[in-house]
Formats: sequence, C-alpha cells, structure tokens
Amino acid sequence: MQMDDDDPRRGPLRWIPDIEVNRMQRPGWATPGLLRIGVIVVVALITLSNIAYQIKPEEVGLVLRFGRTVRTSEPGLHFKLPFVERVLPVPVQRQLKEEFGFRTVSAGIQTRYASGDYSGESVMLTGDLNVAVVEWVVQYRVTDPYNYLFKLRGLTETFRSMSQAVMREVVGDRTVTEVLTVGRQEIATTCEVLLQELVNQYEMGIVIEQIVLQDVTPPDPVKPSWDEVNQAQQQRDRLINEARAEYNKVVPRARGEAEQTVLQAEGYALERVNSAEGDAVRFKAVYDAYRRAPEVTRRRLYLESMQRVLPAIGSKIFIDKGTGSVIPLLPIDGLKSLLGPGGRGGGGGGQ
Amino acid sequence: MNTSTLVKLGAAVVVLIVLSSSTYLVSETEQVIITQFGEPRGNPVAEPGLHVKLPFIQRVNVFEKRFLEWDGNPNQMPTKDKRFIWVDMYARWRITDPLKFFQRLRDERGAQSRLDDILDGETRNAVASYDLIELVRSSNRPAETIPIESEEERIVLEQIASGRPAIVASVLAAARARTADLGIEVLDIRLKRINYVDEVAKDVYARMIAERRRVAERFRSEGEGEAARIQGERERDLQRIQSEAYRQAQELRGRADAEATAIYAEAYGRDPDFYAFFKSLETYERVIDGQTYLVLGTDSDLLRYLRGVR
Repeated sequence: MQMDDDDPRRGPLRWIPDIEVNRMQRPGWATPGLLRIGVIVVVALITLSNIAYQIKPEEVGLVLRFGRTVRTSEPGLHFKLPFVERVLPVPVQRQLKEEFGFRTVSAGIQTRYASGDYSGESVMLTGDLNVAVVEWVVQYRVTDPYNYLFKLRGLTETFRSMSQAVMREVVGDRTVTEVLTVGRQEIATTCEVLLQELVNQYEMGIVIEQIVLQDVTPPDPVKPSWDEVNQAQQQRDRLINEARAEYNKVVPRARGEAEQTVLQAEGYALERVNSAEGDAVRFKAVYDAYRRAPEVTRRRLYLESMQRVLPAIGSKIFIDKGTGSVIPLLPIDGLKSLLGPGGRGGGGGGQ
Repeated sequence: MNTSTLVKLGAAVVVLIVLSSSTYLVSETEQVIITQFGEPRGNPVAEPGLHVKLPFIQRVNVFEKRFLEWDGNPNQMPTKDKRFIWVDMYARWRITDPLKFFQRLRDERGAQSRLDDILDGETRNAVASYDLIELVRSSNRPAETIPIESEEERIVLEQIASGRPAIVASVLAAARARTADLGIEVLDIRLKRINYVDEVAKDVYARMIAERRRVAERFRSEGEGEAARIQGERERDLQRIQSEAYRQAQELRGRADAEATAIYAEAYGRDPDFYAFFKSLETYERVIDGQTYLVLGTDSDLLRYLRGVR
C-alpha cells in the first residue's frame, strides 16, 4: 500500500503541456480544423479517464482533494473532480497475512515454500533460557483505511517487527517444553491479545484476526534428543502395560484356583461330618441291639466278622498250645491245591 | 501564428508559473515549514490541502507527520552475567516539532543516524546492566500456572526482578530525555529479537540435549520401576490369594474334623469297651487281605472249639 509514489503536490497544473501541440511540425493532411478537433478529443479523453473510477468489491476508496481526505467510496463506479482529486483504494475486506520463519512461494493444493533460511525470525529464547524455533502466521484485516494509510510509514515492516517482538515476549515467559508441547494454543491467543493492544496503541487501523502457530520445534541439533524422550515415554508405557498384562494373566486364575481349594475343603468337611454322623448312627444302632443281649451279640459279631475276614487270607497258620512252636505247619493252601476245587470244602470246614 | 497569439501564450505561461509557485499541497502524511531565503516563516503547516505562499522567494520544506520506524542493526553485546547475545531493537518515533527538527537534524537521514547513536548506546547500557534472564522474561508466572504434560517436565521458572518491559521502559525514558530537544519524540521501543551468538548457542544446545537425556532416563527408569512394582503386586496378590484359600480350607477341614471327632466321641463314649471291640472287628476286615499271613493259636477265641473237639 504505497501511497507516495505519485505525489500530486509537486505540480498541480502539470497537465498544461497539452497546449504545446501547436508547436509541432504540421503534416500535409493536418488542417487547423482537424488539429483543433484532435486536441479537443485528446483533452476530453484524458479528462474522462480522470473523472470515472472503479472500486473493487473488497475495497474502499479514499478520495483526496489536494491531498486531503474528503470522502470514502464504496465498491462500484464513481466520479470525482478531475486532476484535483485522487483515489486510494484500500482492500478492507481482504484478509492479509504475514508469515514468520517461512515463506509461501505459491499456495495451492501442493503449497510450495521458499527454501531460504528465515531462522532469524523463528529462533527465540524461552523463559528457561533454552531455544525454540517457532514459525507462525498472523492474519489481519484493515478496519480503518484512514489510519491504515496515514498514521504510520512502512506499515508492513513495522507490523512484522511488532509481531516478532510480541511473540518473543510471550515465548520468553514460557518454558521450552511448554512452548513445544502443551502451550501452543495459549501462546497464540496471548499473542493475539498483546499484538492487538500494540496495534491499537500504534493506531494502525487493522485488526488481528488470528495468529496461528505453524511448526514449533526444538533447534535442529537438539531434535534427536527430543525424539529420544518420546521413545523413552513410549517405552515406559509399554513396560507398564506389559506388567499389567502379566498381572491380569495370572491373578484372576489364581483367584479361581483359590476358590477351588476352598470349595474342595468344604467338600471334605461335609464328607467328614456326614460320615461321622453315619458311623455314629450305625454304632448307636448296633450298640442298642448289643445292650439287649451283650454276651451273645458280642460273640456273634466276632464270629461273623471272622467269617468275612478269614476267607480272604492267603496263608493261615494254626498253632496248637501244646506244641509250643510254629512247626508243624498245616499248609492249608498246599492242601487246597492238592485237593483241587473239591478241597475247598475242606478248607472252609477248617474254620 | 501571429505575434498577438504568441504574447497571449507567453502571458498564460507566466501566470501559470506564478500560480504554481504560489500554491502548494500538503498531504495527509506531511507537515510543512515555509522558509524565506532559508529563514523559517510562520508556524508549521500540518493541515492537509491546498495552501498559498509567496511565489519564488518562499520555499516549502516537507516533513513526515506519520509515525516513523527505526530499525536497529542486530548488535552483539554482553549481558551482566557475561553472556553474549544478539540484540535487535526497533523503535517508533515521529517529528513533533518540525522547526526544531529542521534546525537540529535537517532531514530524516540525520535523525536516523542520531537515533542510531542514542538507541544503540542506551540499549547497550541496559543490556550490560541486567542478567540475560531479565531481558528474556516479562513476568513471574507462578509455577502452578505453568501447564505441563507430565511431572517429569516440570521446570520452575527462575524469579526475575525487573523483566523485559521494565528494562525497555528504562531505555525508552533515557532515549526520550536525550531526544527531547531534537524536535522528535520516541514513542515506543521494543526488543525485536534476542538470540545467542553461535558459540553460546552450542553450549545451550548441549545443555538442552543433556536435559532431554535426563528426562528420557527418568521415563525409562520410571517405566522399569512401575513394571517392577506391578510385578511385585502380582506376586503379593498371588501369595495372598493362595494362602488365604489355604487357610480357609484348613479351617474348614479342622472344623469338620473337630465336629466329626465330637460326634464320634459322643457316640462311642457310651461304651468304650464295646467300641473297641466293634471297631477292631471293622478294622480287621479292612486290614486283612490276600497277602496276609495269619498265625492263630488254638487257644484263640476262634479256635477254642477246635481244640475242644479234639
């Protein structure tokens, strides 16, 4: 938005030389009448082009008469006084953008960036005296065309300086980890507020629409160690997850097994008590019967028992009191085999 | 073309030249001082528009009315704590008294070079009398307001005594005092950039790397520690579960045994002698099998009659 490239002050009447046409060498066809018409047409054309002007949809035009602002004009076709009025269009609707730490060469589906080194803009000190590389974009719009044009010389350059000063002020109050990780959004919004305050103070006639942090990285030599921290963090999470998995694999099973042990014990207990009760009932029953005829029952029980026990015994040895020694044996089993199946009766009869 | 036309034309040209010499334009961005043979005449004209003056003998001297920029060159300078840094300042100023400005500095180039001297010098003084941290930081943020990703990353910012705004304000005050009689006003000074010089940057990077390593190590050992803790927990829980189950099982068994014993005692206690007899018989049936050798005397209860028969 240069505005002093074409300065009308230095000669408000400089269009005058048109009259010099008369001095020209007159060609044969050029009669004085034709010449006069020609001069009138040229003057009329120049005047007309100086009267009508157009303001584009995104612009507002400031009309200056003898350098003084007299009115503004909205988009459309307008007229002004020729020669004494001048129009300066200001794109108030357009979103303007400044980039810091990088430059877009051509925006598009595949935006290309300039390969130059803009680290001077992006390298900055953090509050813990470390270094971070911050790239950002400021989007702004003109709100007051008069202030925008006339309050400040070198507006874009000043604006860039202000932006950098504010960003460094904000980053300078934050730790490097904050800048690089969690603090991004907060930094952008704080910058927006501070930069807007500064813009208002400078009466620049613009409004900050948005500050967007782009790449925020540690300086190149430090980058690998940041990656290392990320790796270590993941490694930590992995170790913990693995340990948890192992825990979950073992403990629920142990719980089930413990329950099994307890249930088994309960089973044992039931069995033990029940069989005790059964035994007791049985004993009591037998005892009751026994009490009615003790001697007989006792003998009967004994003999019945022997009857059940003795047939199962492989070798039975009977010793007579008189002999006083183990021999002679009565090899009942030997006899049994000699006698064959018939001998069974003999063995049974021996009892 | 006859003589009268020429005379007319000449007169018109003279009139126009006189007219153009006796009027001048002041734009929105300018202020003007009229000088007559080099001597200033009247008050400065700041009102934009068309103005008149005496033709030929009065000259128009134009000065900027807008806020102007001063952008310092990046300078290498040491701080109080002997760190070498690049400092890049910018300032905003304007011509408040064009007459004085015209007399003292003549033009903008003169003003810029005077500002260079004053602002560079004041900046250097200020930087040399503060620690680097004071130049970087603007405020003391309480540690608890600093968001962190994890406890490992906690860094408490060093406390500062004055901070960047105060230092810059002192530079501004000093600069204002020194520019007061030059017809200009310095409105604002800001630190645009502060960066470490290359040699210092290397040390700083090394420190950052070491610091990152420390954090990484801490993450790793934390992971291992936590894993070990979980493993311990696992073993403890395992032991607890198993031993509790064992205890419970033993309790159950013991209680059952006791109950069974009580039942037996109650039942068998009615006649211990008979119980002994009865139980012995039962036991014989269990313990005696095909492998047993039984030696029986003929005086046993069983064989008593065997003898008697003989």
